[in-house]
Amino acid sequence: MLWMKGVFNMSSQKYAATLSVQEMIAKKKRQRKNWSEKIMPVILQLTAIISVLTTLGILFTLLVETFAFFKDVSLKEFITGNTWYPFSEPGQYGIMPLISGTLRITGIAILVAVPIGLAAAIYLSEFASDKVRRVIKPVLEVLAGIPTIVYGFFALTFVTPILQKIIPSLEIFNALSPGIVIGIMIIPTIASLSEDALGSVPIAIREGGLALGATKLEVTLKVVLPAAVSGIVASIVLGISRAIGETMIVSIAGGSTPNLGLDITGSVQTMTAYIVQVAQGDAGYGTTIYYSIYAVGFALFIFTLIMNLLAQWISNRVKEDY
Amino acid sequence: MKLIDQEQVIRRMKPRLFRNTFFKYLFLLATGLCLIVLAVLFGRIFIQGLPYLDWQFMNSLPSRKPEEAGIYTALNGTIWLMVVVVPVTMILGVGAAIYLEEYAKKNRFTTFIQVNISNLAGVPSVVYGLLGLTLFVRTFAFGKSVLAAGLTMSLLVLPVIIVSAQEAIRAVPSSFREASYAMGATKWTTILRVVLPASLPGILTGSILALSRAIGETAPLVVLGIPLFLAFLPNSVFDEFTALPMQIYNWTSRPQDEFHALAAAGIIVLLALLIVMNSVAIMIRNKFSKRY
Repeated sequence: MLWMKGVFNMSSQKYAATLSVQEMIAKKKRQRKNWSEKIMPVILQLTAIISVLTTLGILFTLLVETFAFFKDVSLKEFITGNTWYPFSEPGQYGIMPLISGTLRITGIAILVAVPIGLAAAIYLSEFASDKVRRVIKPVLEVLAGIPTIVYGFFALTFVTPILQKIIPSLEIFNALSPGIVIGIMIIPTIASLSEDALGSVPIAIREGGLALGATKLEVTLKVVLPAAVSGIVASIVLGISRAIGETMIVSIAGGSTPNLGLDITGSVQTMTAYIVQVAQGDAGYGTTIYYSIYAVGFALFIFTLIMNLLAQWISNRVKEDY
Repeated sequence: MKLIDQEQVIRRMKPRLFRNTFFKYLFLLATGLCLIVLAVLFGRIFIQGLPYLDWQFMNSLPSRKPEEAGIYTALNGTIWLMVVVVPVTMILGVGAAIYLEEYAKKNRFTTFIQVNISNLAGVPSVVYGLLGLTLFVRTFAFGKSVLAAGLTMSLLVLPVIIVSAQEAIRAVPSSFREASYAMGATKWTTILRVVLPASLPGILTGSILALSRAIGETAPLVVLGIPLFLAFLPNSVFDEFTALPMQIYNWTSRPQDEFHALAAAGIIVLLALLIVMNSVAIMIRNKFSKRY
């Protein structure tokens, strides 16, 4: 019976030992200042909420000041009016000329960026060796990292004079030169996102095409490109969004003449360039002109938001399953 | 009977192969065009700006005479801007990334924050300028100060920093965290002592790249009404200032060729600054990046 007692004692000792460890943990827990465990998640959550507040701030700012603008100008005039002439008395605020200027420059930019960007994406994804790709991709990224003020300088002092030699009637400030330079600026966006889309098409699908005797080009154009079309379209839409929101290039090289029509050789004004023009001049706080930059900013915000949401929607919804 | 008509195959294959080669070189040409544009842009700016780029240019105040003008105040202002932007974006950006990666539950609110961040990254910079003008310059009455501009810039680059910090934190394997928990560490201790040190190189790389965007950004500063021309230096974050891109913008908008050359010299300084920052970022990435 003695050994049984011994076992019993041992197990009870073991039990007691476990209890004491638990007690130690509990004691330790009580001792430790546990505030950081409780307060840090809250602080971190607040920092994350700042981003939501930023969005609300943008919306609230634009809405409030735009509302003040529409006390002086009717919504109908703003949307349908064909003359943007705020510096006359009384000012005329029809946004169509600004939108027309923005669309002309964006159109030129897309005409430049889509063929070159897409061709570069196809070359990098389908034809280039790994070595070449490793060299060229960072260089394209450099193109994306150049500040827009530098592109603006380049457009005004280099591209415009060259274009003037080709088209003598081209004015110093025109839509063509900033359009081309914005196109160059968004090539990396389109090239790199399209290359991702092309690269995510499985190799097996290409091999299927090659096995049927198709050349590399035929496989690329008839198999890979259709499979990656959603990603490519999304990249183009994002490029459009960036072109619409681009400010410094058009302010420097585009001029400040809001006008309708399809002329690209003369001075134009985009929505962004108008905001810069007014912000630079001394439009008094509280005047209609001051509020008008918020109304234009709001229109700009809506345009780019629609484009960004469209791009997200295209790349999420139209995703191919392989 | 011949199953394969060799002659016909050769006849058909020839144009197909020719098209293949032709387009391959066409695509290569388009890619090369980007490199040529980059080379022309750099070359042109260097040739135009180098004659003006000397010690006197770095140390002089802006002036109406091109030969006396310099970028001292502008460079100083850009550094002041960074004094505000760096701490604000690092704390807010890394904090938000930690919350989203480590604490946030997978619910609608988290998804909302995430979608919101990616949409903020697409808002044009000029719109941030309008926000800053109303919020910081007018409502908080910071005026056209370093603080107002710095906070505006911080909001502008915050989405980029959050996303890159999230990626860096996500790359830390969960076994690291589990090992830390197994040693009895609490969640915050684990984040502070294990997750953050392991993800620091990635966070730094992303942050430097985002900050280099803030240095080159001009549009929000113009909208805030930051002066294009300033002959004194700021003494605190509440003082007026001018920044490097603003000075370049000022010189570019003048019609004289001498000022364009000054703008080119300013651009060289700006690009040099960006190249240094990017090289540091790449060095950090190469030196400390570990594959777990």
